[in-house]
Amino acid sequence: MKIMHCPVNGPRAVTEFLCWGELREMPDPDQVSDEAWADYVFNRSGAPGVKREWWCHTPSNTWFIAERDTARDLVLRTYLYGEQS
Amino acid sequence: MFASTRDLKPSYDVVIIGAGGHGLAAAYYLARDHGITDVAVLEKGYLGGGNTGRNTTIIRSNYLTPEGVQFYDASVRLWQQLSEEFKLNLFYSTRGHFTLAHTDAAMRTMRWRAEVNKHYGVDSEVVDAADVKRACPQIDLSCGGHAPILGALYHAPGAIARHDAVAWGYGRGASERGVEIHQQTEVTGIDVVDGRVQGVRTTRGTIRTGKVLSAVAGYTPRITDMVGLHTPIYVHPLQAMVSEPMKPWLDPILVSGSLHIYVSQSARGELVMGASLDPYEVQTTRSTLDFVEGLSAHLLDMFPCLSHVKVMRQWAGLADMTPDFAPIMGRTEVAGFYLDAGWGTWGFKATPICGKTMARTVATDRNDPLITGFSLDRFRRYALTGEKGAASVGH
Repeated sequence: MKIMHCPVNGPRAVTEFLCWGELREMPDPDQVSDEAWADYVFNRSGAPGVKREWWCHTPSNTWFIAERDTARDLVLRTYLYGEQS
Repeated sequence: MFASTRDLKPSYDVVIIGAGGHGLAAAYYLARDHGITDVAVLEKGYLGGGNTGRNTTIIRSNYLTPEGVQFYDASVRLWQQLSEEFKLNLFYSTRGHFTLAHTDAAMRTMRWRAEVNKHYGVDSEVVDAADVKRACPQIDLSCGGHAPILGALYHAPGAIARHDAVAWGYGRGASERGVEIHQQTEVTGIDVVDGRVQGVRTTRGTIRTGKVLSAVAGYTPRITDMVGLHTPIYVHPLQAMVSEPMKPWLDPILVSGSLHIYVSQSARGELVMGASLDPYEVQTTRSTLDFVEGLSAHLLDMFPCLSHVKVMRQWAGLADMTPDFAPIMGRTEVAGFYLDAGWGTWGFKATPICGKTMARTVATDRNDPLITGFSLDRFRRYALTGEKGAASVGH
Protein backbone atom coordinates (compact mmCIF):
# COMPACT_ATOMS: atom_id res chain seq x y z
CA MET A 1 0.00 0.00 0.00
CA LYS A 2 1.34 3.38 -0.95
CA ILE A 3 1.53 6.00 1.81
CA MET A 4 0.63 9.66 1.27
CA HIS A 5 1.49 12.30 3.88
CA CYS A 6 -1.49 14.50 4.65
CA PRO A 7 -0.21 17.87 5.97
CA VAL A 8 -2.84 17.71 8.75
CA ASN A 9 -3.30 13.99 9.50
CA GLY A 10 0.16 12.64 8.74
CA PRO A 11 0.95 9.44 6.84
CA ARG A 12 -2.17 7.62 5.62
CA ALA A 13 -2.94 4.94 3.01
CA VAL A 14 -3.25 6.44 -0.47
CA THR A 15 -6.71 4.88 -0.84
CA GLU A 16 -7.97 7.52 1.63
CA PHE A 17 -7.10 10.25 -0.88
CA LEU A 18 -8.43 11.50 -4.19
CA CYS A 19 -6.32 13.27 -6.79
CA TRP A 20 -7.99 16.33 -8.33
CA GLY A 21 -5.49 17.12 -11.03
CA GLU A 22 -2.71 19.54 -11.69
CA LEU A 23 -2.63 22.98 -10.04
CA ARG A 24 -3.35 25.43 -12.88
CA GLU A 25 -3.93 29.17 -13.11
CA MET A 26 -7.39 30.03 -14.45
CA PRO A 27 -7.38 32.90 -16.94
CA ASP A 28 -9.99 35.64 -16.45
CA PRO A 29 -13.00 34.29 -18.42
CA ASP A 30 -14.17 37.85 -19.22
CA GLN A 31 -10.85 38.85 -20.74
CA VAL A 32 -9.62 35.72 -22.44
CA SER A 33 -10.24 34.64 -26.06
CA ASP A 34 -12.41 31.59 -26.77
CA GLU A 35 -9.35 29.74 -28.00
CA ALA A 36 -7.30 30.44 -24.87
CA TRP A 37 -10.28 29.48 -22.72
CA ALA A 38 -10.61 26.15 -24.59
CA ASP A 39 -6.90 25.59 -24.02
CA TYR A 40 -7.46 26.07 -20.29
CA VAL A 41 -10.61 23.92 -20.17
CA PHE A 42 -9.36 20.92 -22.14
CA ASN A 43 -5.60 20.78 -22.61
CA ARG A 44 -3.27 19.18 -20.08
CA SER A 45 0.44 18.65 -19.62
CA GLY A 46 0.41 14.94 -20.40
CA ALA A 47 4.15 14.25 -20.46
CA PRO A 48 5.74 12.72 -17.34
CA GLY A 49 7.60 14.90 -14.86
CA VAL A 50 7.38 16.58 -11.48
CA LYS A 51 3.88 18.04 -11.12
CA ARG A 52 2.02 20.04 -8.47
CA GLU A 53 -1.46 18.63 -7.92
CA TRP A 54 -4.54 19.15 -5.78
CA TRP A 55 -5.20 16.18 -3.49
CA CYS A 56 -7.90 15.68 -0.87
CA HIS A 57 -7.80 13.48 2.22
CA THR A 58 -11.46 12.46 1.96
CA PRO A 59 -12.24 11.37 5.56
CA SER A 60 -11.20 14.79 6.90
CA ASN A 61 -11.84 16.79 3.70
CA THR A 62 -8.33 18.24 3.88
CA TRP A 63 -7.32 19.81 0.57
CA PHE A 64 -3.62 20.22 -0.06
CA ILE A 65 -0.89 20.29 -2.70
CA ALA A 66 1.26 17.26 -3.53
CA GLU A 67 4.40 17.42 -5.63
CA ARG A 68 4.78 14.13 -7.46
CA ASP A 69 7.22 12.72 -9.96
CA THR A 70 4.85 10.91 -12.34
CA ALA A 71 7.72 9.27 -14.21
CA ARG A 72 8.96 7.49 -11.07
CA ASP A 73 5.68 7.22 -9.14
CA LEU A 74 7.12 9.13 -6.16
CA VAL A 75 5.49 11.69 -3.86
CA LEU A 76 8.17 14.33 -3.28
CA ARG A 77 6.38 16.53 -0.75
CA THR A 78 2.97 17.71 0.41
CA TYR A 79 1.82 21.00 1.94
CA LEU A 80 -1.28 23.12 2.44
CA TYR A 81 -2.02 25.61 -0.34
CA GLY A 82 -0.17 28.86 0.33
CA GLU A 83 2.25 27.27 2.79
CA GLN A 84 4.89 26.40 0.23
CA SER A 85 8.29 27.26 1.73
CA MET B 1 12.32 -10.92 -40.25
CA PHE B 2 11.83 -7.96 -37.93
CA ALA B 3 15.44 -7.93 -36.68
CA SER B 4 16.53 -5.34 -39.21
CA THR B 5 20.22 -4.55 -38.87
CA ARG B 6 20.13 -2.07 -41.72
CA ASP B 7 21.12 1.51 -41.06
CA LEU B 8 18.45 4.16 -41.35
CA LYS B 9 18.29 5.79 -44.76
CA PRO B 10 18.83 9.58 -44.85
CA SER B 11 15.20 10.14 -45.89
CA TYR B 12 11.81 8.48 -46.18
CA ASP B 13 8.47 9.54 -47.69
CA VAL B 14 6.72 8.71 -44.42
CA VAL B 15 8.01 8.03 -40.90
CA ILE B 16 5.69 6.23 -38.49
CA ILE B 17 6.54 6.44 -34.79
CA GLY B 18 5.49 3.31 -32.92
CA ALA B 19 5.58 -0.32 -34.13
CA GLY B 20 2.44 -1.41 -32.33
CA GLY B 21 -0.69 -2.63 -34.06
CA HIS B 22 -1.80 0.87 -35.09
CA GLY B 23 1.54 1.99 -36.53
CA LEU B 24 2.16 -1.28 -38.38
CA ALA B 25 -1.39 -1.36 -39.73
CA ALA B 26 -0.95 2.16 -41.09
CA ALA B 27 2.32 1.09 -42.74
CA TYR B 28 0.61 -2.00 -44.19
CA TYR B 29 -2.27 -0.07 -45.75
CA LEU B 30 0.03 2.73 -46.96
CA ALA B 31 1.95 0.09 -48.91
CA ARG B 32 -0.98 -2.10 -49.97
CA ASP B 33 -3.64 0.50 -50.80
CA HIS B 34 -1.64 3.59 -51.69
CA GLY B 35 1.62 2.21 -53.11
CA ILE B 36 3.69 4.20 -50.60
CA THR B 37 6.48 1.86 -49.56
CA ASP B 38 9.31 4.28 -48.74
CA VAL B 39 8.23 4.12 -45.10
CA ALA B 40 10.15 3.66 -41.86
CA VAL B 41 8.40 2.46 -38.72
CA LEU B 42 10.47 3.50 -35.68
CA GLU B 43 10.05 1.70 -32.37
CA LYS B 44 11.96 2.53 -29.21
CA GLY B 45 11.25 -0.88 -27.66
CA TYR B 46 10.20 -3.99 -29.50
CA LEU B 47 7.43 -4.76 -31.98
CA GLY B 48 4.00 -4.98 -30.35
CA GLY B 49 5.49 -4.43 -26.90
CA GLY B 50 3.21 -1.60 -25.86
CA ASN B 51 -0.54 -1.61 -25.46
CA THR B 52 -0.94 -3.99 -28.42
CA GLY B 53 0.47 -6.71 -26.19
CA ARG B 54 -1.09 -5.45 -22.95
CA ASN B 55 -4.81 -5.16 -23.66
CA THR B 56 -7.55 -7.69 -22.89
CA THR B 57 -8.19 -8.34 -26.62
CA ILE B 58 -11.91 -7.52 -26.72
CA ILE B 59 -13.33 -6.52 -30.11
CA ARG B 60 -16.78 -4.92 -30.38
CA SER B 61 -18.66 -2.10 -32.09
CA ASN B 62 -21.59 -1.45 -29.70
CA TYR B 63 -20.65 2.17 -29.08
CA LEU B 64 -22.81 5.17 -28.29
CA THR B 65 -22.11 7.93 -30.81
CA PRO B 66 -22.88 7.65 -34.54
CA GLU B 67 -19.22 8.49 -35.24
CA GLY B 68 -18.01 5.71 -32.95
CA VAL B 69 -20.49 3.03 -34.05
CA GLN B 70 -19.72 3.47 -37.77
CA PHE B 71 -15.99 3.55 -37.13
CA TYR B 72 -15.81 0.44 -34.93
CA ASP B 73 -18.24 -1.44 -37.16
CA ALA B 74 -15.89 -0.92 -40.10
CA SER B 75 -13.11 -2.22 -37.86
CA VAL B 76 -14.99 -5.41 -36.92
CA ARG B 77 -15.61 -6.13 -40.61
CA LEU B 78 -11.87 -5.85 -41.31
CA TRP B 79 -11.04 -8.03 -38.28
CA GLN B 80 -13.21 -10.86 -39.58
CA GLN B 81 -11.05 -11.24 -42.68
CA LEU B 82 -7.60 -10.60 -41.25
CA SER B 83 -6.52 -14.21 -40.55
CA GLU B 84 -7.19 -15.15 -44.14
CA GLU B 85 -5.58 -12.00 -45.48
CA PHE B 86 -2.40 -12.53 -43.42
CA LYS B 87 -2.33 -16.34 -43.80
CA LEU B 88 -1.77 -16.24 -40.05
CA ASN B 89 -4.19 -17.57 -37.45
CA LEU B 90 -5.19 -14.67 -35.19
CA PHE B 91 -7.46 -16.99 -33.16
CA TYR B 92 -10.26 -14.54 -33.91
CA SER B 93 -13.09 -15.98 -31.85
CA THR B 94 -16.64 -14.58 -31.98
CA ARG B 95 -18.05 -15.10 -28.50
CA GLY B 96 -20.93 -12.67 -27.99
CA HIS B 97 -20.51 -9.78 -25.58
CA PHE B 98 -22.74 -8.94 -22.60
CA THR B 99 -22.51 -5.50 -21.00
CA LEU B 100 -24.27 -6.13 -17.69
CA ALA B 101 -26.60 -3.52 -16.22
CA HIS B 102 -27.05 -3.43 -12.44
CA THR B 103 -29.13 -0.23 -12.20
CA ASP B 104 -32.07 1.40 -13.98
CA ALA B 105 -29.73 4.13 -15.18
CA ALA B 106 -27.46 1.53 -16.76
CA MET B 107 -30.47 -0.14 -18.45
CA ARG B 108 -31.42 3.22 -19.94
CA THR B 109 -27.92 3.61 -21.41
CA MET B 110 -28.10 0.05 -22.81
CA ARG B 111 -31.39 0.86 -24.58
CA TRP B 112 -29.85 4.03 -25.97
CA ARG B 113 -26.81 2.15 -27.23
CA ALA B 114 -28.95 -0.65 -28.71
CA GLU B 115 -31.04 1.85 -30.70
CA VAL B 116 -28.01 3.73 -32.04
CA ASN B 117 -26.33 0.42 -32.90
CA LYS B 118 -29.38 -0.96 -34.74
CA HIS B 119 -29.77 2.28 -36.66
CA TYR B 120 -26.30 1.71 -38.11
CA GLY B 121 -26.88 -1.99 -38.76
CA VAL B 122 -24.88 -3.27 -35.80
CA ASP B 123 -26.23 -6.43 -34.13
CA SER B 124 -27.05 -5.24 -30.62
CA GLU B 125 -30.06 -5.76 -28.34
CA VAL B 126 -31.20 -5.37 -24.76
CA VAL B 127 -31.76 -8.72 -23.01
CA ASP B 128 -32.99 -9.61 -19.54
CA ALA B 129 -31.19 -11.32 -16.68
CA ALA B 130 -32.52 -14.77 -17.61
CA ASP B 131 -30.78 -14.51 -21.00
CA VAL B 132 -27.49 -13.78 -19.23
CA LYS B 133 -28.01 -16.85 -17.02
CA ARG B 134 -28.74 -19.04 -20.05
CA ALA B 135 -25.52 -17.98 -21.77
CA CYS B 136 -23.50 -18.24 -18.57
CA PRO B 137 -25.06 -20.61 -16.00
CA GLN B 138 -22.20 -20.19 -13.52
CA ILE B 139 -22.99 -16.54 -12.83
CA ASP B 140 -24.54 -15.36 -9.54
CA LEU B 141 -27.18 -12.95 -10.86
CA SER B 142 -27.43 -11.22 -7.48
CA CYS B 143 -23.64 -10.58 -7.49
CA GLY B 144 -23.41 -11.47 -3.81
CA GLY B 145 -26.47 -9.32 -3.14
CA HIS B 146 -24.49 -6.12 -3.77
CA ALA B 147 -25.46 -5.40 -7.33
CA PRO B 148 -28.21 -7.61 -8.81
CA ILE B 149 -28.06 -7.88 -12.59
CA LEU B 150 -31.19 -6.39 -14.18
CA GLY B 151 -30.34 -7.07 -17.80
CA ALA B 152 -27.64 -6.50 -20.38
CA LEU B 153 -26.73 -5.13 -23.76
CA TYR B 154 -25.99 -8.18 -25.92
CA HIS B 155 -23.69 -7.77 -28.89
CA ALA B 156 -23.41 -11.02 -30.85
CA PRO B 157 -20.34 -10.03 -32.95
CA GLY B 158 -18.25 -9.38 -29.82
CA ALA B 159 -14.96 -11.25 -30.20
CA ILE B 160 -11.47 -11.80 -28.87
CA ALA B 161 -8.22 -12.36 -30.77
CA ARG B 162 -4.61 -13.19 -30.11
CA HIS B 163 -3.19 -9.71 -29.80
CA ASP B 164 0.52 -10.30 -30.49
CA ALA B 165 -0.31 -12.00 -33.78
CA VAL B 166 -2.06 -8.86 -35.01
CA ALA B 167 1.19 -6.91 -34.78
CA TRP B 168 3.08 -9.77 -36.42
CA GLY B 169 0.58 -10.03 -39.27
CA TYR B 170 0.60 -6.32 -40.06
CA GLY B 171 4.38 -6.14 -39.56
CA ARG B 172 5.06 -9.03 -41.91
CA GLY B 173 2.63 -7.70 -44.52
CA ALA B 174 4.23 -4.26 -44.40
CA SER B 175 7.76 -5.66 -44.42
CA GLU B 176 7.03 -7.86 -47.47
CA ARG B 177 5.91 -4.75 -49.33
CA GLY B 178 9.14 -2.87 -48.62
CA VAL B 179 8.40 -1.01 -45.38
CA GLU B 180 11.38 -0.82 -43.01
CA ILE B 181 10.73 -1.62 -39.35
CA HIS B 182 13.44 -0.34 -37.01
CA GLN B 183 13.19 -1.53 -33.43
CA GLN B 184 15.37 -0.15 -30.61
CA THR B 185 15.20 3.22 -32.37
CA GLU B 186 13.89 6.01 -30.20
CA VAL B 187 12.69 9.33 -31.57
CA THR B 188 14.39 12.17 -29.69
CA GLY B 189 13.08 15.14 -31.66
CA ILE B 190 11.02 16.29 -34.61
CA ASP B 191 12.21 19.19 -36.74
CA VAL B 192 9.50 21.66 -37.66
CA VAL B 193 10.28 24.69 -39.85
CA ASP B 194 7.60 27.30 -40.64
CA GLY B 195 4.89 25.02 -39.29
CA ARG B 196 5.90 22.10 -41.49
CA VAL B 197 7.60 18.82 -40.57
CA GLN B 198 11.13 18.54 -42.00
CA GLY B 199 12.63 15.53 -40.28
CA VAL B 200 12.98 13.26 -37.31
CA ARG B 201 15.92 12.88 -34.93
CA THR B 202 16.53 9.44 -33.45
CA THR B 203 19.04 7.61 -31.29
CA ARG B 204 20.41 6.12 -34.54
CA GLY B 205 20.68 9.29 -36.59
CA THR B 206 18.61 11.96 -38.31
CA ILE B 207 16.04 11.35 -41.05
CA ARG B 208 14.55 13.81 -43.54
CA THR B 209 10.83 13.39 -44.11
CA GLY B 210 7.79 15.53 -44.83
CA LYS B 211 5.27 13.26 -43.13
CA VAL B 212 5.29 11.87 -39.60
CA LEU B 213 2.53 9.72 -38.10
CA SER B 214 2.57 9.36 -34.32
CA ALA B 215 0.96 6.11 -33.10
CA VAL B 216 2.46 5.75 -29.63
CA ALA B 217 -0.53 5.54 -27.25
CA GLY B 218 0.60 6.49 -23.72
CA TYR B 219 3.76 8.14 -25.01
CA THR B 220 1.83 10.62 -27.19
CA PRO B 221 2.36 13.72 -24.98
CA ARG B 222 6.14 13.26 -25.21
CA ILE B 223 5.86 13.31 -29.02
CA THR B 224 3.36 16.19 -29.25
CA ASP B 225 5.64 18.25 -26.97
CA MET B 226 8.35 17.85 -29.65
CA VAL B 227 6.20 19.69 -32.22
CA GLY B 228 4.63 22.14 -29.75
CA LEU B 229 1.07 20.80 -29.97
CA HIS B 230 -1.25 21.13 -26.98
CA THR B 231 -3.64 18.21 -26.43
CA PRO B 232 -6.09 17.18 -23.71
CA ILE B 233 -4.42 13.78 -23.36
CA TYR B 234 -3.68 12.61 -19.83
CA VAL B 235 -1.98 9.32 -19.02
CA HIS B 236 -3.01 6.83 -16.35
CA PRO B 237 -1.96 3.18 -16.03
CA LEU B 238 -4.51 0.51 -16.92
CA GLN B 239 -3.86 -2.85 -15.31
CA ALA B 240 -4.91 -6.36 -16.30
CA MET B 241 -4.33 -9.92 -15.11
CA VAL B 242 -4.90 -13.55 -16.07
CA SER B 243 -5.85 -16.59 -14.03
CA GLU B 244 -4.32 -20.03 -14.26
CA PRO B 245 -5.66 -22.00 -17.24
CA MET B 246 -8.91 -23.94 -16.87
CA LYS B 247 -11.02 -26.19 -19.08
CA PRO B 248 -13.29 -24.06 -21.28
CA TRP B 249 -16.37 -22.94 -19.34
CA LEU B 250 -16.89 -19.24 -20.09
CA ASP B 251 -18.13 -18.78 -23.63
CA PRO B 252 -19.23 -15.13 -23.82
CA ILE B 253 -17.33 -11.97 -22.94
CA LEU B 254 -18.77 -10.33 -19.82
CA VAL B 255 -18.44 -6.69 -18.86
CA SER B 256 -19.81 -4.97 -15.79
CA GLY B 257 -19.50 -1.24 -15.46
CA SER B 258 -20.75 -1.21 -11.89
CA LEU B 259 -18.36 -3.92 -10.70
CA HIS B 260 -15.52 -2.50 -12.82
CA ILE B 261 -14.68 -5.75 -14.53
CA TYR B 262 -14.36 -7.30 -17.95
CA VAL B 263 -13.58 -10.96 -18.36
CA SER B 264 -13.26 -13.56 -21.10
CA GLN B 265 -11.63 -16.97 -21.38
CA SER B 266 -8.75 -17.17 -23.84
CA ALA B 267 -7.97 -20.03 -26.21
CA ARG B 268 -5.38 -21.11 -23.64
CA GLY B 269 -8.06 -21.42 -20.95
CA GLU B 270 -6.91 -18.45 -18.89
CA LEU B 271 -9.43 -15.90 -17.68
CA VAL B 272 -8.30 -12.54 -19.06
CA MET B 273 -9.49 -9.75 -16.79
CA GLY B 274 -9.29 -6.00 -16.59
CA ALA B 275 -10.76 -3.20 -14.53
CA SER B 276 -10.82 0.58 -14.50
CA LEU B 277 -7.91 2.99 -14.71
CA ASP B 278 -5.59 3.60 -11.81
CA PRO B 279 -6.95 6.66 -9.97
CA TYR B 280 -4.08 9.08 -10.56
CA GLU B 281 -1.43 9.88 -13.16
CA VAL B 282 1.59 7.58 -13.20
CA GLN B 283 3.79 7.03 -16.24
CA THR B 284 5.36 3.71 -15.38
CA THR B 285 3.95 0.25 -16.08
CA ARG B 286 4.18 -0.90 -12.47
CA SER B 287 1.58 -3.28 -11.03
CA THR B 288 -0.21 -2.97 -7.68
CA LEU B 289 -1.66 -5.37 -5.13
CA ASP B 290 -4.68 -3.05 -4.73
CA PHE B 291 -5.64 -3.89 -8.28
CA VAL B 292 -5.53 -7.67 -7.83
CA GLU B 293 -7.46 -7.49 -4.56
CA GLY B 294 -10.17 -5.20 -5.92
CA LEU B 295 -10.64 -7.04 -9.19
CA SER B 296 -10.66 -10.47 -7.51
CA ALA B 297 -13.28 -9.35 -4.99
CA HIS B 298 -15.56 -8.14 -7.77
CA LEU B 299 -14.98 -11.25 -9.86
CA LEU B 300 -16.00 -13.40 -6.89
CA ASP B 301 -19.22 -11.38 -6.55
CA MET B 302 -20.08 -12.56 -10.07
CA PHE B 303 -18.53 -16.04 -9.88
CA PRO B 304 -18.25 -17.38 -6.30
CA CYS B 305 -17.22 -20.72 -7.87
CA LEU B 306 -13.80 -19.24 -8.72
CA SER B 307 -12.67 -18.82 -5.11
CA HIS B 308 -9.97 -21.49 -5.46
CA VAL B 309 -8.57 -20.20 -8.76
CA LYS B 310 -5.11 -18.65 -8.73
CA VAL B 311 -3.96 -15.46 -10.40
CA MET B 312 -1.08 -16.20 -12.77
CA ARG B 313 0.30 -12.81 -13.68
CA GLN B 314 -0.56 -9.13 -13.88
CA TRP B 315 0.76 -6.18 -15.86
CA ALA B 316 -0.05 -2.61 -16.87
CA GLY B 317 -0.16 -0.38 -19.93
CA LEU B 318 -0.15 3.41 -20.26
CA ALA B 319 -3.56 4.65 -21.38
CA ASP B 320 -3.70 7.99 -23.25
CA MET B 321 -7.08 9.24 -22.08
CA THR B 322 -9.23 12.01 -23.58
CA PRO B 323 -11.98 14.04 -21.87
CA ASP B 324 -14.75 12.63 -24.10
CA PHE B 325 -13.45 9.03 -24.38
CA ALA B 326 -13.15 9.34 -28.16
CA PRO B 327 -9.78 9.16 -29.94
CA ILE B 328 -7.78 12.00 -31.50
CA MET B 329 -7.01 11.25 -35.13
CA GLY B 330 -5.99 12.97 -38.31
CA ARG B 331 -4.18 16.07 -39.51
CA THR B 332 -2.96 18.69 -37.07
CA GLU B 333 -2.04 22.36 -37.29
CA VAL B 334 1.57 21.24 -37.91
CA ALA B 335 1.69 20.41 -41.63
CA GLY B 336 2.84 16.84 -42.17
CA PHE B 337 2.31 15.78 -38.56
CA TYR B 338 -0.53 13.27 -38.14
CA LEU B 339 -1.91 11.92 -34.89
CA ASP B 340 -3.38 8.52 -34.13
CA ALA B 341 -3.80 8.93 -30.38
CA GLY B 342 -6.17 9.25 -27.48
CA TRP B 343 -6.72 5.51 -27.59
CA GLY B 344 -6.97 5.26 -23.82
CA THR B 345 -8.52 1.95 -22.89
CA TRP B 346 -10.25 1.25 -26.22
CA GLY B 347 -7.57 1.07 -28.92
CA PHE B 348 -7.01 -2.62 -29.69
CA LYS B 349 -10.37 -3.23 -31.36
CA ALA B 350 -9.78 -0.25 -33.65
CA THR B 351 -6.39 -1.44 -34.93
CA PRO B 352 -7.41 -2.35 -38.51
CA ILE B 353 -9.63 0.64 -39.20
CA CYS B 354 -7.12 3.04 -37.64
CA GLY B 355 -4.45 1.70 -39.95
CA LYS B 356 -6.72 2.01 -42.95
CA THR B 357 -8.05 5.50 -42.24
CA MET B 358 -4.70 6.92 -41.12
CA ALA B 359 -3.00 5.50 -44.22
CA ARG B 360 -5.55 7.28 -46.40
CA THR B 361 -5.22 10.48 -44.35
CA VAL B 362 -1.43 10.47 -44.62
CA ALA B 363 -1.42 9.53 -48.32
CA THR B 364 -3.92 12.19 -49.38
CA ASP B 365 -3.28 14.80 -46.64
CA ARG B 366 -7.05 14.89 -46.07
CA ASN B 367 -8.87 13.39 -43.10
CA ASP B 368 -10.65 10.17 -44.00
CA PRO B 369 -14.46 10.77 -43.77
CA LEU B 370 -14.73 8.13 -41.01
CA ILE B 371 -12.48 10.09 -38.64
CA THR B 372 -13.69 13.67 -39.02
CA GLY B 373 -15.45 13.44 -35.64
CA PHE B 374 -12.16 12.61 -33.95
CA SER B 375 -9.98 15.59 -34.94
CA LEU B 376 -7.87 17.39 -32.35
CA ASP B 377 -9.56 20.59 -33.50
CA ARG B 378 -12.84 19.55 -31.79
CA PHE B 379 -11.49 20.68 -28.43
CA ARG B 380 -10.91 24.17 -29.80
CA ARG B 381 -14.49 24.26 -31.12
CA TYR B 382 -16.06 22.81 -27.94
CA ALA B 383 -17.52 20.09 -30.22
CA LEU B 384 -16.79 16.92 -28.27
CA THR B 385 -17.71 13.37 -29.33
CA GLY B 386 -19.10 12.00 -26.05
CA GLU B 387 -18.31 8.31 -25.94
CA LYS B 388 -17.95 7.84 -22.19
CA GLY B 389 -21.29 5.99 -21.91
CA ALA B 390 -19.89 3.20 -24.08
CA ALA B 391 -16.62 2.77 -22.18
CA SER B 392 -16.46 -0.77 -20.94
CA VAL B 393 -16.40 0.16 -17.27
CA GLY B 394 -17.12 3.33 -15.32
CA HIS B 395 -14.02 5.49 -14.91
